[in-house]
This record gives sequence, structure tokens and C-alpha cells, in this order.
Amino acid sequence: MLISRDDRLSFEKSNPGRRCVTMPKERLAKASVPAGLARRDPLLFPELAELDAIRHFINLSRKNFSVDTHFYPLGSCTMKYNPKINEWAARREKFAALHPLQKPETVQGMMRMLAELEDGLREITGMDRFTLQPAAGAHGELTGLMLVRAYHASRGDSKRMKVLVPDSSHGTNPATAALVGYRVIEVKSNARGRVDLESLKAVLDDHVACLMLTNPNTLGVFEENILEIARLVHEKGGLLYYDGANLNPLLGIARPGDMGFDIVHVNLHKTFSTPHGGGGPGAGPVGVKKHLVPFMPYPLVEKKGDGVQWAPKPQRSIGRVKSFHGNIGVLLRAYVYLKMIGRDGLLRVSEGAILNANYLREKLRTVFPVAVDEPCLHEFVLSLKQAAAKGVHAGDVGKRLLDFGFHAPTVHFPLVVSEALMIEPTETESRETMDLFIEAMKRIAFEIETEPAKVKNAPYTLPVRRPNDVLAARKPILTYRDLLREEAVAAEARVG
Amino acid sequence: MPYIPLTGPEKRGLLREIGVSSLDDLIRAIPSALRGPEMSLPEGMSEPEVQRLVRDLGALNTSGLDFLSFLGAGSYDHFIPSAVQEVISRQEFSTAYTPYQPEASQGTLQAIFEYQSLMAELTGLAASNASHYDGATSLAEAALVALRHTERPKILIARSVHPHHREVIRTYLAESTCRVEEFGFTAGGGFDRQSLAAKLDADTAGVIFQTPNFFGIVEDLAGIADQVHANKSLLILSGHPASFALFRSPGEWGADIAAGEGQPLGMPVSFGGPYLGYFVTTQALLRRMPGRIAGATEDADGKRAFCLTLQAREQHIRRERAGSNICSNQALCALAACAYMTFLGRQGMREVAELNLDRATYLREKIAGIKGFEVAVSQPIFNEFVVKSPVPFAQIEKKLAAERIFPGVALETYYPELRNRFLVCATETKTREDIDRFAEALAKC
Amino acid sequence: MNFPENLRYTRTHEWIALTGNKGKVGVTEYAQKEISDVVFVELARKGHAVAQGKAASVVESVKAAFDIYAPLAGVISDFNQALESNPGLVNQDPYGAGWLFELEVTDPSALNTLMTAAQYAEFIQSGAGH
Repeated sequence: MLISRDDRLSFEKSNPGRRCVTMPKERLAKASVPAGLARRDPLLFPELAELDAIRHFINLSRKNFSVDTHFYPLGSCTMKYNPKINEWAARREKFAALHPLQKPETVQGMMRMLAELEDGLREITGMDRFTLQPAAGAHGELTGLMLVRAYHASRGDSKRMKVLVPDSSHGTNPATAALVGYRVIEVKSNARGRVDLESLKAVLDDHVACLMLTNPNTLGVFEENILEIARLVHEKGGLLYYDGANLNPLLGIARPGDMGFDIVHVNLHKTFSTPHGGGGPGAGPVGVKKHLVPFMPYPLVEKKGDGVQWAPKPQRSIGRVKSFHGNIGVLLRAYVYLKMIGRDGLLRVSEGAILNANYLREKLRTVFPVAVDEPCLHEFVLSLKQAAAKGVHAGDVGKRLLDFGFHAPTVHFPLVVSEALMIEPTETESRETMDLFIEAMKRIAFEIETEPAKVKNAPYTLPVRRPNDVLAARKPILTYRDLLREEAVAAEARVG
Repeated sequence: MPYIPLTGPEKRGLLREIGVSSLDDLIRAIPSALRGPEMSLPEGMSEPEVQRLVRDLGALNTSGLDFLSFLGAGSYDHFIPSAVQEVISRQEFSTAYTPYQPEASQGTLQAIFEYQSLMAELTGLAASNASHYDGATSLAEAALVALRHTERPKILIARSVHPHHREVIRTYLAESTCRVEEFGFTAGGGFDRQSLAAKLDADTAGVIFQTPNFFGIVEDLAGIADQVHANKSLLILSGHPASFALFRSPGEWGADIAAGEGQPLGMPVSFGGPYLGYFVTTQALLRRMPGRIAGATEDADGKRAFCLTLQAREQHIRRERAGSNICSNQALCALAACAYMTFLGRQGMREVAELNLDRATYLREKIAGIKGFEVAVSQPIFNEFVVKSPVPFAQIEKKLAAERIFPGVALETYYPELRNRFLVCATETKTREDIDRFAEALAKC
Repeated sequence: MNFPENLRYTRTHEWIALTGNKGKVGVTEYAQKEISDVVFVELARKGHAVAQGKAASVVESVKAAFDIYAPLAGVISDFNQALESNPGLVNQDPYGAGWLFELEVTDPSALNTLMTAAQYAEFIQSGAGH
């Protein structure tokens, strides 16, 4: 048997008195906790022997799909290979054991790394300055929109209360704009999945603070009117924000800075190969053009003579967006990736991403219709509208793919496509892997015709079947104590 | 090219299959004016060359292993069980995506569920989320919850809360209709009850304390929850999480939300990140809690299974109506914290807390005995405290550098009035010899 | 689908049952099906004044959140406490035990602006409700 059947929680494996690590016995002082300040409740932590604890976690890991074990064609997530040298570098004590409040003179290697990473990001995106502080893409967006707000405020331009987002945008775009206090206005896409210029003009006025755009967009196509869009937005005094989620296919080919974007964020955990970690940590550095530099968060790095120092706080800085300097371990991994890839490699990355996506698109477009049927960049969207007639939804196809050993594509997104299945293979997948995926998709298409129930009830071969998410939301059980309470109630009900 | 399997002949094959003759045919939508930017970047390097580069850069750094470090102030050097690194190095965890497909993510989901259970236990509260970016952003989210829940416009925060955390809250609330006010601390470093009473008013949505506070003092919060709740405000507590194994937990103090820095639970100092922000709250505020949450349920066969839950609060569903824009957590850091707390277990967790108190107390006694240096020996502390020195801190820092010691963090940077005062920290990693050596070196200043 | 004759309906799929100036509000059977399994109801707050067509409550399914709009202007005078522990009532009995809130209606004569059962049925039939 491959996967352990012992599904218990660590708490349920606990046995009083067992332990893993031991701690120094010697006490140097007579320290005591004043009675009024002492913890009273017992600490119900699990008590396990080390082998049992290790086995617990390793067996948990085996219940996961991951890039290192499975193909993840997740659209807009850029699940490329996470090079092992990144991990090797991040584990070095000469980086991991640096305290964030050490003087810059004592951490010049680290500071130089940060400065060079910033240089690289600037060159790749065509921006003037980067903050490396934001911890994730959404955090970068938040930082970016605070910059937008500070910029307009500094000009006494207080009427700008609207942020425009295309209807195909990531959910974080409108959520971020609302968090910063803006009213969100959706801009319609046209039949070819691009921002509809007429719709844009209709909502564009001098109350618009900013237009947030992903390019290529979530349909995998390039906003070919980007220069015109930038002109229109700037003409009305608005700013242009680039959501860098889909930067991968543009590496070395085109730069958001040249397209007219004033602010960009880059997802290092996508384009720059740092691992997703099961949902984080990531990093979302934010780059700006010159006119926004005075508002940037701090700290910023700056080269000075032979060394690298912290720059003085920008005059009208929005302030800190995070403690200390950012998710350094993630930045270091991205730096290593950039060194490995180099200028020459950037084009190979984007080329590989584009070729792979188009190969899959070409092979799958006869299986399920493509939302925008033209060459794509890094990803494309299939619409399973016809399958829905058989009662099979995009999500079901995703679940069935798991049985074939493939992670599901992004499902039911973007919202502008009904029954969307969004597929991004990335440049690190081989043709052989993609061919196996194509076979699986064909097989599932056949199953939809012949035995739709099989698809609807998938998966069958994973550690669990579909979890009842309605039950989970109606009666939230979020901790071991909740579980104990629930079991006690159930036991009582049985007795009663 | 590293990491890219595509060979020359294969590339031609793919182009043929796609039905185009070159890459250019696929990127026609990109205006030609934009294509082929000039970039001043070096060529790629080989793996041995990059390893060498990283080692060379590392050699320019002085780490907490090269020097004896007494730096704390929001980032703590703690012992991390070897097993923790092994667990988080498992690629099935580290290279997995967010667990949106629960059937293929039971490992991550169960680990988050266990993390939530451990954090709830440690903080004495009912429900934890799967973590935030760091302590500062977690506190900022807690402030947002208070503002929304009470529909009041003011956040009141102790000046003895970590300066970075206070700054981030200000950044998050800048230019909104809400405002942040601070209440002071007494000469002893604990929060000032009078200052709090003067500022706690009908506008106050939430009151934020840190215990142990930024000066290392364990605050006596007796009566505070009643005072804050009588005012219909929320009580938000932050603080070093390991201290809660020994000292009163936020739940025991009557807090509505515990939010703070989780780095001490198994994450290296790493020059400031990645860390994790813990966020734990009461049953009553559960639906207001931002961020990802894992829950237990049953699968189609009635077997226990885990999935992300309460997702209708989140940005991918509510878009502009969501309470927060967060769409990730620090999952691998939460796994590290989960593994850390599991490997330490019930006894180990308490021993670590006791050892911190012991080492810091011993160091305080030693410094108290040095002529010219002042410490407040009667204050309850956990693992750090304030030292007043007879000479400017910069001088001490310089002298101790020669002894290969990082003495601590100058407070004047954050509190201009606290001249010649610095914060020192001694965790369980410090031995009697380390502390004696530090005290001897200080005595020579 | 069942649309009781004694109720009035909105284009956003709420129903209201008016007695004097008190109106009980819920969602229609059509809406209940569209929402699918209700997992949580963010209850309207007592004493809260709402304009006609403004959001007064939120109904959540696992994958979506739906604003529930006040069919008429008024002040929220009561809400359905039972939904707190049993949100599924909205699915099981949308016109009965699954009601959402009660409204003290400012202008009961405005009821005429809302659709009758027959008009609502036609509205649904025409597909305009999507």
C-alpha cells in the first residue's frame, strides 16, 4: 500500500509523556512567573515520539499533488518547475541566520543581492524603481493602489474615486481597489476577449484614479490596443496598473513599462520559479515609474560607492507595508533563478511557455471549444458549455483529471467564460507530459458522452472523495477541539 | 537552457503541429513597437557558477552564528528542531499549489487544520485562520475587522506595540475615514492606564496591546477586557507566541482577536522573512476573520476529509465586496509552525518558554551588576528587556563588534526620547558562557 | 415552480408579504435554486433603515454570495433567528420557515410597484431574470 491509512490527527496519536526533542536541563536564574500573569489553562498539544511525528508529516505530504510529482496546468498560476539550487541557496546560514536589524555593513552580501534583484526586475519590466517588500501578489496590488491614492492626493486631485477593472480580471483586483476605498467599475470585454475600447471610453473620465490590467489577460491573449488604452487613461489623468500574474510569456519579448504602465507588481512565485509552498510564502515586488518614486514604501536599497545601503525614506512615502524588508527567502530564490536564466534565457522561457500553450490549445481545440480561438500566449481557456448540457461541469472535468494523475486546470475562471477551464502548461513541461495530458482530456471528453456520471462523481483514486463543502461551511469545524465537541454531540445523539 | 526541456528539433515539431512557421506568428497581437526591448542584464550562468556566486555573497555577511547575537525586537533566534527543516523540505508540501482541489491536497489541508488547532490552543481562542503575511499585516487586518465590526472610526494602539506593526497599521488606514491614535507607556515601560482611559471613547473600534510588549515587559492586563468591552470596543492582543505557553494567553485575558508575529514558532530570522502572521479569534467573530481557513468535513463516502471553508467571505467570490484582498497564506511557514509545535509537544513548548525566561532573567541579573548600566529588575519579562547604558549605544555596538557580539537594538531609532537605551534579547539558544561573555564585554564599555 | 399568489415579487427575486405596514421578506423558489445550498445568512440588523432596492442581507452558498435587496423602503423590524443555526431552511421552505427579515414599510402603497405572482412567473419564463 502506498499511502498510510492512518488518517488521524497528530492530537489523536498523542500519548501522555511521549516527546520528541529534549531541552537543556540547567537553569541559570531563579525566574518565576507572577501568579496573576501565569497561564492557567493546560496546553493540549500532542505528545508524540519523534518517529511517530515524522511519519505523521511525511505521510501527510504523500497525500498532496505537487509540481515535483504531478503536472499542474493551472491557468494564471504559472506552476513551473522550482529549481533545487534555489532551495540550496535559501537554506544557507549565511543568509538564513541574518537578523533583520543588523547594520547594513554586516550584511553586504544580502544587500547586494537585493540591489541586483531590483536591477533585474527593472530591466525586465522597464520600470524605474522597485520595492521588494510586498509579500504576495495581492499585497503588491494593495501597495500599488496605495501609491495611486497617494499620487493623486499629492496633486490635490481628490475627485478620483473610481478604479476600472476588466470583467476578466483576477478577483484580487476589485477587492484591493475596494479595500483602498475606491469604487470599482467593470469594463466589458469584447468578443475577442480584449478590453472593449468603446466600453472603456464610456466609463473613462477625470474621476478615474486607475485602470488595473493583466496583460496578457486571463484569456491568454495580449491586449493589442494597449498603447491606445494607455493613451486614453493618461489623457484623463488616470494611472495604469499592471497585474504581473501573467508576465511569464513576455520575458524578453515586451515590457509593461514600455506599454505605458505606471505601476507593476511581479509575482516571484510564478514567473521567477519560487515554490508556491501550498499557498505561500510568495513575493510581489512593486515597480514604478519616476513620478511615483517619492511615494514608495520603504525601506529601499541603494548603491553607494562600493556598497549597498538603505535609502533615505522617500519624501512622501506611503509608509511601511510589512515588517522589516520583505520575504527575503523568496527574493533570494528569485535572484538565483535570474542568475541561472540570464538575459539570453528570458526569451527561451517565454518562447517555451508560448509554444507549449499553443501546442496544447491546438490539440485540445477539437476536443472542447476554445473561448478565444486564435493563437494564445501563455494560457488559453476552454469552454465546457456543451458538456454542461450533459450535467458535467468544468469543475467535474478538473476532478476527473486528478484520477489521471494531473492537477486540475483553473476552473470556472475567468468569469466571462461559462464553464471555463483555464490551462497554462509553462515552459518547463515536456511534450511527452503534455501528450499524456491531451490523452486524458480526450478520454474524459469521451466519458462525458458515454458515462457522464463517472466524471460527475470523480475522483476515485485519491486519499479522499469529494469533501462535502456545504456541510463544512454550514457547521464550521476548524480545530481539534471543535472536532471533539462534534463527536461528543454525535455520541450523545446515538445514546439518546 | 536549464529547466526547459524543449530542444531545437522539438521546437520545429511543435511549430509544425501548431501550424505556424515561427514564434512571431504566435505573438502578432503584440505591437511591433514594443517587441525586443534592450535589457542590460548579464547572460545566464551555470549551476556551479551560481553556487559559487551565492557562497561568495554569503561570505560578505556576518550571521548570528559568526557573532554572538542578542538581537530580538520582533525577530527571534530560537532553536529549531532538525525535523522541522526536513518536513518543510518535502517537495510534496513546498511545491504544491494552494489547496483549491481538496482531494489532491489533503496533506496541506490537514497540516493547516492542525496548525489552526495548535494556534487556537496556544492563544486560548476558538478559531484560527491559516496565517497572514506577517505580524504587522495580521494586526492591520485585525484593525480592519474591528472597524468593520463596530462600525466605529478609531483604532487605539499602545505605543509599546512593535514600531513596525504600528507603522503598517497606519499605512493600511492612511487616507481612509478611519484614524489611529496611540496611548503611552509609563516610565517602567508598561502601558499607561491613564493614557488609555483618556483615549478610549465612543469612536474606538478596537484597542491593540502587545504582551510581552516591544520593551519585553509582560503586561498586566487585569481588568482591561472588561474596560474595553464595556466601551463596546474589541480587544486585540499581539505578542511573542511562545510566551503564551507560560504566561496568560490572549484568550485568558479576554481578547477578541490575537494577531501577531509567528516567526518564533520554527522560522529562522532570515533577515526579516518569510515569517507568518497568526490570526485567532472568538466564535462570535469567526465570520469576520479574513484569510484562508481549513475545515473538517466528510467526503462522499462519509470519511473524514478537509477542505478550505467559509470561502464566500473571500476576494475570489466577493470581489469588491470582500473584507480583505488576501488570497494566500504563508502556508509553508504555517507548516513549519505546525511541525515546530508538534515536535516540541506539550512539555517542550513549556520548557522553551521557561528557558527563555530563565536566560533573559540571568542576563538581566548580570547586566544589573555592571556599574553604570541600569535595568528594571522588578518588571516581569519573557526573553528581552531594556538596558540603559552610561555611554551612547553606537559606542557599545562598536566595541562589542570587536568581541564578535551583536549587543542589541537601539531604542532611540523608534523612540527619540529613549536615548542611550537598548533592547537585549536572550533566548534558549544562549548558554551560561555566552551570557557571561556578553556581560564581561559590556563591563569593559 | 411555485410562486404564491398572496406575495409580491422583485426583479431581484425577493418576495414580500405585506400585512398593514409590516412586510415579511424572503427569496423566491427560483432564487433558492439558483443560489443552491445556502450555507450562511448574514442577517439584516434590527433598526436599520433601508431604501428600496438596497442590500439588506447576504445569502451565501459555498461558491457565491448574494445580496438580498429590500423590496420596499423601510426599517428592519425583525429577522429570522432560526437561519443562524439552520441556513438550509432557505432552500427547504423559501416562503415559510426560510423567510429572511421583516420590514416596517415606510409607504405600503408602493407595493403596487412590485410584480404579482403571474407577472413574476412570466418574468422568469422570459429568461429576463438571469
